[in-house]
Amino acid sequence: MAGVTLSDNKRAAILSIVMLAVGLLIWELAIPGQKAVGELTEYERLSGAGSQKAGVPPPSQVLAKAWEELSNPFYVNGPNDKGIGIQIGHSIYRVLTGYALAAVVAIPFGFLIGMSAVAYKAFNPFIQVLRPISPLAWMPLALFIIQDSDASAIFVIFICSIWPMLLNTAFGVAGVRQDWVNVARTHELGHLKTAFTVILPAAAPTIVTGMRISIGIAWLVIVAAEMLVGGTGIGYYVWNEWNNLDLTSVIFSILMIGIVGMMLDAAFATLQRAVAYAE
Amino acid sequence: MASKPFLSIEGLTQRFPDGQGDTLTVFEDASFGIEKGEFVCIIGHSGCGKSTIMNILAGLAEPTSGVIKMDGFEVSGPSLDRGVVFQNYSLLPWLSALKNVTFGVKARHPDWNKKKVEQHAREFLAKVGLDGDVVHRKPSQLSGGMRQRVSIARAFANQSELLLLDEPFGALDALTRGTIQDELLKVWGDSEQTVFMITHDIDEAILLADRILLMTNGPFARVAESVEITIPRPRSRTEIVEHANYYAIRNHLVQFLGHRSKELAGQQVVEADDRSPQTVRIDKSGELPDARSADTSGGAPHLLAVND
Ligand SMILES: Nc1ncnc2c1ncn2[C@@H]1O[C@H](COP(=O)(O)OP(=O)(O)OP(=O)(O)O)[C@@H](O)[C@H]1O
Ligand SMILES: [Mg+2]
Repeated sequence: MAGVTLSDNKRAAILSIVMLAVGLLIWELAIPGQKAVGELTEYERLSGAGSQKAGVPPPSQVLAKAWEELSNPFYVNGPNDKGIGIQIGHSIYRVLTGYALAAVVAIPFGFLIGMSAVAYKAFNPFIQVLRPISPLAWMPLALFIIQDSDASAIFVIFICSIWPMLLNTAFGVAGVRQDWVNVARTHELGHLKTAFTVILPAAAPTIVTGMRISIGIAWLVIVAAEMLVGGTGIGYYVWNEWNNLDLTSVIFSILMIGIVGMMLDAAFATLQRAVAYAE
Repeated sequence: MASKPFLSIEGLTQRFPDGQGDTLTVFEDASFGIEKGEFVCIIGHSGCGKSTIMNILAGLAEPTSGVIKMDGFEVSGPSLDRGVVFQNYSLLPWLSALKNVTFGVKARHPDWNKKKVEQHAREFLAKVGLDGDVVHRKPSQLSGGMRQRVSIARAFANQSELLLLDEPFGALDALTRGTIQDELLKVWGDSEQTVFMITHDIDEAILLADRILLMTNGPFARVAESVEITIPRPRSRTEIVEHANYYAIRNHLVQFLGHRSKELAGQQVVEADDRSPQTVRIDKSGELPDARSADTSGGAPHLLAVND
């Protein structure tokens, strides 16, 4: 055993790569090779089996597609053919706008209901009824009232991200240890100063956990919302490519959704580490 | 009793719901006074209500009835004039040791600049033996004793008129405890501060206090006696034990905690002017010719007590 012990992280990374390679290999081998059009029988040609786009593509094809798309992500060839970068950009813009609006409402409001047991109890029934409603159920109402598809998508993001942030903020604020509040009181800190220097840092881990849950939900919902409202965005792109029967693009965009979601989550995980404290 | 004392506690009663639908009277009609610049320790068995009294003095809790007056004004709510060292340290866990102290200094001196605040905080951290890199550690990375010292530094640094200490040295080893006791005496001696301190350690109380208040066991606890420490200052740990009064006082305290705190427990006082604690003055050096012998109800026979 001469110094060949690898750290756990390295071993896990190697294992991940091996699993990826094996998975891709199985996938690649499972797809029968496409026959050239000339080799098709009359029947096959008529039934559409020869169509380049109809079958599930092998990973090599998806990778080629990814390379092609990612090397020119921002092209615009008419309203129905825009680069993946532009589509994702639209989705991120909608998510962040709706999410930011939700945070601006949910965090101060959560603070207030967390500070007052009466307010908490008074608002709780409303929150409990509104929270389990699928955000997409709001879509018809939003479209009718707002009369704008882009704003309706943002509203849907707003409504789905607000609950975890609101509840976590209220819960975090209500759970701040009385001892710490007493420290602020014996130092004659005002309400606002206490809120910012004691309650906010004390409740921050819980609040950020709520924010992280919200951003995850918002990213899940945007894809569905964009399939409904159409026009732009990664959700629309997936749906559009499905209508074109371009499964390679569908699989590629599914992967992109996963990767962007992972990055959003990672950003909040970093924030979570930054505000964490041990008692 | 000519003028009112600096801090006067008048008819303090605290009841809590006992969790079974009844009320628990922790103490009833407690009255005592503390003079300006005095160092007073309070001793009593666990659960008799010492921390409760201190929380009321700090203005963090409202008594069921009774008032507290400081300088003639009724105390309501906490104030920077009353610095507190909490029994459980109450450090803010997301701040480093240094930041925990600057938190207090900034509140006390909002007009100071950052550098001055930090310098002041470091000075008081050094007084309790914390300097160098440790001041940048978070409370979770400090030992129990170190946390307690940060909490003491935070209170000392604010140089408040009244210092309320709830078992401030409980988690310290004998050596550190000694150093910080000396530091406390220095801080107290250099200022006009009045100190009210809860402790379980009789020797510590004798070393530090001008007067020791003795509490009977709860429920219905009361501050039964106020024992003057008739040992001249400056006192040193090694020399006080040789003073004629040391063992007499110590025996009295041990007797009280061992027997009389139980015997007196739950006895409600009938007479209105009997509420304040009985002053006990033990002086074997015989400098007080007018001291008269009083009934000390089962106490050691060598006691000389003066009733106010
Ligand atoms: N908020 C509360 N609700 C109900 N009972 C309480 C409350 N706070 C304190 N008590 C009770 O009051 C009594 C006195 O408590 P306190 O903390 O003052 O004791 P203590 O003398 O400081 O004890 P120790 O020396 O162990 O710290 C205890 O019996 C405790 O159970
Ligand atoms: Mg206590």
